[in-house]
Formats: sequence, structure tokens, C-alpha cells
Amino acid sequence: MKSPVRFERRLEQPKWLNWAIPVVSLITALVLGAIVLLATGKNPLDVYSRIFERGFAGKRALSGSIKTATPLAFTGLCAAIAFRMGLINIGGEGQFYMGAVGATWAGLVFGGDLPPGAVVIVMALSGMVCGGLYAAIVGVLRAKFNTNEIITSLMMNYLAAIFLNYLIYNSTSYWRDPESRNFPAGKPIPDRADWNFYEVGGIKIPLSFLIAILAAAAIWVLYKRTRFGFEVGVIADSPKAARYAGIRTTSTIVIVLALSGALAGLGGAADVGNFRGLLDSKGLQMSGYGYTGIVVAALARLNPISTVVVAVLIGGLTNAGFALQGPDFPSGLVGTLQGLILFTAVAGEVLVKYRIRRNRQAAAVLA
Amino acid sequence: MTSAVRMTGIVKRFPGVVANDGVDVDIRAGEVHALLGENGAGKSTLSNILTGLYRPDEGTVEIDGRAMQFSSPRDALDAGIGMVHQHFRLVSTFTVAENVVLGESDSPFMMDQSRVAQQVEELSNRYGLAVDPSARIWQLSVGEQQRVEIVKVLYRGAKVLILDEPTAVLTPIEADALFKTLRAMVAEGRTVIFISHKLDEVMKVSDRVTVLRGGKTVGTVETVNTNTRELASLMVGRSVEFNRVARSIPADVSQTVLSLRGVSARDDRGRDALHDISLTVGRGEIVGVAGVAGNGQRELAEAISGMRALSSGHIDVAGEQVQSGRARSAIAKGIAHIPEDRLHTGLASSHSVEDNLALKNYRSSSLSKFRVLRRKAIRAQATDLVQNYDVKTPDTVTPVRLLSGGNVQKVLLAREFSSLPKVLIAASPTRGLDVGAIETVRARLVEAAERGVGILLISEDLDEIMSLADRIVVMYEGRLVDEVAAESADRERLGLTMGGSTVSGGAR
Repeated sequence: MKSPVRFERRLEQPKWLNWAIPVVSLITALVLGAIVLLATGKNPLDVYSRIFERGFAGKRALSGSIKTATPLAFTGLCAAIAFRMGLINIGGEGQFYMGAVGATWAGLVFGGDLPPGAVVIVMALSGMVCGGLYAAIVGVLRAKFNTNEIITSLMMNYLAAIFLNYLIYNSTSYWRDPESRNFPAGKPIPDRADWNFYEVGGIKIPLSFLIAILAAAAIWVLYKRTRFGFEVGVIADSPKAARYAGIRTTSTIVIVLALSGALAGLGGAADVGNFRGLLDSKGLQMSGYGYTGIVVAALARLNPISTVVVAVLIGGLTNAGFALQGPDFPSGLVGTLQGLILFTAVAGEVLVKYRIRRNRQAAAVLA
Repeated sequence: MTSAVRMTGIVKRFPGVVANDGVDVDIRAGEVHALLGENGAGKSTLSNILTGLYRPDEGTVEIDGRAMQFSSPRDALDAGIGMVHQHFRLVSTFTVAENVVLGESDSPFMMDQSRVAQQVEELSNRYGLAVDPSARIWQLSVGEQQRVEIVKVLYRGAKVLILDEPTAVLTPIEADALFKTLRAMVAEGRTVIFISHKLDEVMKVSDRVTVLRGGKTVGTVETVNTNTRELASLMVGRSVEFNRVARSIPADVSQTVLSLRGVSARDDRGRDALHDISLTVGRGEIVGVAGVAGNGQRELAEAISGMRALSSGHIDVAGEQVQSGRARSAIAKGIAHIPEDRLHTGLASSHSVEDNLALKNYRSSSLSKFRVLRRKAIRAQATDLVQNYDVKTPDTVTPVRLLSGGNVQKVLLAREFSSLPKVLIAASPTRGLDVGAIETVRARLVEAAERGVGILLISEDLDEIMSLADRIVVMYEGRLVDEVAAESADRERLGLTMGGSTVSGGAR
């Protein structure tokens, strides 16, 4: 039997699809979510308006959403920068952990002595170096031995998680608070090492969110305007053509993965400096920022600027979920909605490359 | 005689182009009918309409006298029309038999291996299409894969077979075998539509020829009543010369621009592909490298252009040594390279025309400053080159993969020639191009030689080498086995050495 519709490859991909597809995906996800809500006897309009209220309406809601969005913006950028070169770095999670480890160390060592501004810089750099080096291992393996970076980067997430547990629970490491013998916890960094918040029109904006915006802009410039970005684009298009043009493919792979890891590591530093104030092994592992970041990057269609915007959307959604959790609002709902959004976004991706045509004859038979 | 296929007044428009503009073709049952035309003449569009991939905007298609409207390739197949594409559609890890039944509408859940194998064998014996049904596709040569494609179409009961540029991937011997197969099929009453732009082939295999130009039918002629010269002029709309090209400035062999000393290299699988090759190219000299594909030509081109590391030996350009396996060093020393695989090696095909024109000189100070690209300069360079090299493209931001074959090659030539190289490695620079584009490419090569560029012309096309080169070397199994001056070159001798026979007194 013939299918009533068929997919036809688009010769050209119109520009308007770049925003139309995500918007339509989002709407479709909300409609599908409404069906789920109706099935469980809830009024979808009511639920959605409450999510909107708690996530995005008002200064308090926005402050909370931006806070939740900040780590996601970094892990989103981490995924986007690598995916654009066709390097599927799933290791943002582990690179985020390593960044947190590095930044906590820097905060503990220098937090008492250096001026606050300098502490922020040292912590950020330390986080970036740790995350970057951790990802560079994946890059070297890929560039030299052609190992699959999806698998190695994923595996290294587990290694990083075990390392975190070791530092906090299974040793008396420098990161562990010696006071916490019964209930192991991280050693808090000095107050002077805490990163600032700024108030803009009543909305509290963490310093690290501003850094994320700067980072996104820097990546945009890097990929659009520089020689390096050009080389990355050619390698992504055709590695053979890159070799032919004298582009150093191996070193570019390592650099891109290191940059990607450095962004996740910067997120880890932000997590310590701006929010938690210590290396929180359990909290980090529960959050899963690295994995959510992949979703954020995918929804943003790997555009760095959109990545920050999408991070705020997902952050708001997550935040509203936390705030509304209770007997009349199941905690799984937000996860379901996020899953639906990802699902429709990935499906929408197909429509960027293909268009759907009706099969006339088959349609006639059906009619 | 009855018409197997009659297409009348076919019009197909795409945004910005009319690919078919009132095409009429009448194909008789039991003939080999050639569709001849330059790239972009509308041959592919026409065959895509006939196979149900496209729907015509106007015009009618009749099969065996019945008007048809195909809405999918399946409909066309049901009407007995099968196509053998230029780029094969085979699953490389499947066996021949599995590929043959793949996509069959009524294929059962469990495949009857032996029944299919038997049928495949029967078909291949009948038409001289030697294939082993149990072999896996990746184990087969390109020629064998094509036979699988033909068997696949026959297995599905096609009465009309369309072959799109079938010889582009074949060696001359394989091509001859294919022609025999085609004759055997028409002898049984099947009909063959043979799409090509190679005149000799069309003369050799077809009964009648329909010539397309600019989306219109120029005319249909009986092959016995025509000749290559007439077909060529029908195809391009003017007469074309195929003689030895004279140069106004002769080669200056006293100055060596490229020298290879004892060069050896391995192929992708690590086997020795080049053995101790020594070769020089003088200023303004064109040295032709003749040989059957797969005898190390690709590795030779890649070794010289720095894409492949040498296992021993040296390569010098104008006395300076090129670093082994460093394309950047080769480019800097003045080696230009037109690779065989234009779309994936020579160009980044999803990138724009302007990016591709800057692919090798984006590092130069005129196109980037402090590692930041000067987009305006890149665009200006592209606008210039597009005009000078007559590249037909809507604008400079169009991805090159959307351009026609001839224009793709022009983009490549524009970039490589504009770099003012000392040495040019040209690998099959005219393969797959139409007569007009071939002329342009050859003229540009001659022009470059006159400017003093030393050219290594690697080609399977003996006519091309004989008409352009000053000196011809023959490659066989990774070695240079013969060297002759082009004027005194003798096709028979070249043919023999290419095939591995030694010629007394000639081999080195």
C-alpha cells in the first residue's frame, strides 16, 4: 500500500525555517502535552498559565529562571561548538564536574588572599583549563586514533562522577570539609571568592550569566568571522577538502573539543562561584546539566546566541516545575514536557531537510 | 516500428531555470537510443520525468502507446521502466542477491536465498553480466557494482532500461563488455536509453541518437547516417576541433619546475602504491601520465600535492623541497592541484562559491587580518573570478553543490589558476564534462603552460593526453613503465604498456 504522503528532499533550505521550525515544534509539544494533561484530568490551559507565571512572569520568577538557565547556557554552548564541527561531545557533564573541581580548588587556595575580582578570574580560568583538558583527552583520542568521540566522552562522564564521589565521600581530600565527618560535604570557599549578582530592573542577574552571553557572542564571532571558524566549517563539510586545502585537521579537532570542554568547565566554575559555594558532588550529579545542555543546543539549532535564549526557556520551565511541585502538579510533568519539546524539535529537524508532499494517487484511493 | 516510449512537448521548470523546454523524444521498441547533450542540456531532468521522480509541468508521456502519469518511481517501474543511476544505490554490506530483492514491493518476510540466487545467475548468464550472487557489494569493483544495478533493474522486469552516463566509472574494457550486454538486451526486445555526452560511445553502441541542447530537442538521427563531428556540432551548436593543440610559447625544459626523485608511497590500506618514481616537469611543459585508473595515479597526485606522506624519496618545486605529507607546504611552494574528486576533495561542496574560491588563500594577508576573515575582500575576489572564468551561478553565496558539473570545475580552475602556481597537477580535469566545458578546460591548461606553469596531466583519456602533452609517461602498478615524446607517440604502444606489456627498448 502506498503512503498518502512522501518526503521530498529540499534543494534549498529557506532561511525562515530556522525560526519557524523551533516555534512550530514548541507549539506541537505544548499540544501533545495538553493531551497528556487532559488524560490525567488536568486543565492544560490552567497548568500552562501557572508554568508561565512561575517561570517567566515577574521579577522573582525571571531571576530564578536565569539562575537555573546559567549552567545550561554553558553546557549548551559546550555542545553547540563541538556539534557544529560534527564532533558529538556528550561529555559536557563530566567536563562540567571537572571545571567545578578546578574552580573550587582555586577558590579555596586564593579566595582568602587575592582581591575578589582576581579570584573570579583565577577560578574561571582554573575551571576552563580543567574542563578543557578533560575534553582534550577525547580530542586526542579522536584525532590520533579515530576513536568514536561519542563513546569516549560519554564514558568519561562516569569517570568524572566517580572522581567527584572520591573527593567528597571516599577520601579526606582538600575539597572535603573536615568538619563534616558524619555527613560528608564539600569545603565552602571563602565569602570573598563568591561571584557577584547584579540587579537590572529588579531582576537578579548572576555575573556568570553575563559571562555566558559574552561567551556566546565570542563563539559566534569565532565561527562566523575568523580563519579558525572557516577551517572548522570546511572540516565539518568535507574532511578531505580540508586536508587538500592544507587545513590541520587533527589539531583543529583537539582545539575544538578543548574549547567545548572549557565552556562546560566555565559552567562548573560558575556553579561553584555564583551558586553553590562548594564542590557539591551529589547536587552536581543530580542536576545533569551536561545532558540537558545537549537538548538546549539541539533546540537552538547549534546557534550560540539562540543557545542562551533556549537555556532561559528551559531554565524557566524547570524552575516552574520545582516551584509548582505538589499533589496537584506531578514532578514528572516538566520532564515530560521537556522530552516532548526535544522530540518535536528533532522531528522538526527533518522538515528543514525535507518537505512533505501529498501522494496524489494514494490520496485519491484513500478518499 | 512501434514506440516503446514517446515523450511529447515535455516542459519542466525549476525556480529560475527551464530544464526541459518542449522536448520530444520517440524511442522505438528494441533499439539502443542515445540521449546526447552537454551538462545541463536537460538529459537528467528528462530521465527523471520518465522514471517518475519528477512530474512534467506540460507534455505527455506514452509507454507502448498508452498515456501515463507517474507519481513515483514505483509507478514507472510497474510500467516497465528501470533506471541505472550514475551513482549506485547499493547497500555495501549486503550481498548481491539481497540488493537485488531490496525494495521489491512483494518481498516476503523471509527471503528465499537460493531462489533469488538462481534467478540472478540466470539473468547474468543470459546477458553476460558476470556477478556472484553471494558476494558482498563492498568486495566488488565499480564495474561489477554496475552490473548488479543492471541485474536489479532486469530482475524487476524492466522492459525499458535507462542508463545515465554508464561508462563514466568504467575502464575501456569494461565499457566494451557493457556495450555487448546492451546489444544482447535489445536483441531480446528490450529497449535501452543510453544517456551520454561521449561521442565515440554513442557512435559505437546506439541505433539512433536524440540530441538535446539547452532543454530543447535539436534532432534525432540514425547513427549509421552520422559521424562524431556532426553530433558534436549538433550538441554544442557549432563545430568543434579535436586536433593536437599548438602552443605559441614552447616548453622550456632547461628549467625544471617539478622534480620527483625516488618517490614511494602507500595507499589508504597501507599497501605500496608508488614505487621509486622519478620524474621531472620543465617550465611550461605538459607531461601526460597515461594509465588505467587504479595504477597509482591518485596516490601520485596526492603525494605531490602534499595530501599523502611519502615513504621515501623527495619532491622539489623549482629547487625547493616540499615537506612530505604537508599540503600547506605544497601550496606555499606553488603547487596547484585539480583533483579527480572535485566535489569532495577539491571543494567543500556545501560551502558557497566565494568560500570555495578562498579555500586555499584565506590565510593570505589580503583575505584575512589578525586571523579574522575579510569577508568583503573574499566576496570581491569571488565576483572577479566568477566573471573572469565565466562561472554560471546566481550569486557568490550559492553552495557549489547546486552548480552544474561544468561550473563546478570552473570554480576549481578559477581558484587553482588564480593562485599563479609554478606546477599544476590536473587529474582527469575534463572527466564528466560536456564538449564546451572540455574546450574551456583544455584552453586554460594550454594558457597556463604558455605562462610557464609546469603541468602534470593525469588522465585515462589517451586522446586528451596526446592532444595536449609534450611528453607522455605511462603508469602501471605504481611504476613509470614507459616514456615517449607526444609527437612520436603511438596509440598502440601506449595501449600495450598501459596494459602491462613491456615494449622492447621502450621500458625504463
